[in-house]
Amino acid sequence: MKKIYFFILSSLLIGFFYILFFSLKIDKNYDTQNLIGKNISEIELNLLNENKKFNTIDLKKNDFTAINFFSSWCGPCRQEHKYLMSLSKNKNLKILGINFKDDEKKANEFLNKLGNPYYLIASDKNGKKAINFGVYGIPETILINNDMLIIKKYIGPLNSSEVKEILKIVENK
Amino acid sequence: MRCFKFFIFFILISPLCQADEVLQNEIYKNLRCLVCQGQTIADSNSDFAQTIKSVVKDKINEGMNKKQIYIFLADKYGEWILFKPPFNQTSYLLWMLPYLIFIVGVPVFFLIFRKKRNFH
Repeated sequence: MKKIYFFILSSLLIGFFYILFFSLKIDKNYDTQNLIGKNISEIELNLLNENKKFNTIDLKKNDFTAINFFSSWCGPCRQEHKYLMSLSKNKNLKILGINFKDDEKKANEFLNKLGNPYYLIASDKNGKKAINFGVYGIPETILINNDMLIIKKYIGPLNSSEVKEILKIVENK
Repeated sequence: MRCFKFFIFFILISPLCQADEVLQNEIYKNLRCLVCQGQTIADSNSDFAQTIKSVVKDKINEGMNKKQIYIFLADKYGEWILFKPPFNQTSYLLWMLPYLIFIVGVPVFFLIFRKKRNFH
């Protein structure tokens, strides 16, 4: 009987420490990297400055598209803007800007001052469209291919190494 | 007469509105505010929570049920957004462990108890 108790107790202890040991290795920081490999939704977006609509299905025409969520009131968006400008020179990549919870006039001022890296700019005035892309803070950039499949997701402002990574992906198509 | 008709109309429509509100609150309470510290969407006044609330309202108006809304949001943000995770390949241990401990624990407890009683 003692052997049974010992066996149960030791198995419970081993199981307990096994869970603790592996829990320590798990990254608890939340991100939406689980969306990589999934398709983006077909959504209709209103274009900024134009009284037209744009459906994300049209992104299939591009080899690669970087969907960038930005706003004039967002500091980190200013920080990453120079990287977007450099990415916009690549012919394999188109950048779709989605202006998030912003005033149209201020968004235009922002782009006039810092330059326009976008081939199209959509507007998401109330931020509801961003939910379809799994966005929970801006800036955020989603790199998709012509099958509308998410290849990479960058949460927060882009940096030089991420720009290199994007260029490597789009040039090795 | 017109006032009376309005009164009847509001009486009839109010339970429907209340039902929607109850459903909304039930959903908000099971959604995690991803930009807050351990708060539900119901508790949070963050910008993200307000947008999620608005999207949930829209989805209910579109005719989606609770489960469909959870699937939609889990598809966009992962199961982490749900406070009550669904039973699946990754969460089965979480759901089964309390029952397993109970099934194993109760006989062990009685064995110890019986042995102690026999000893006395």
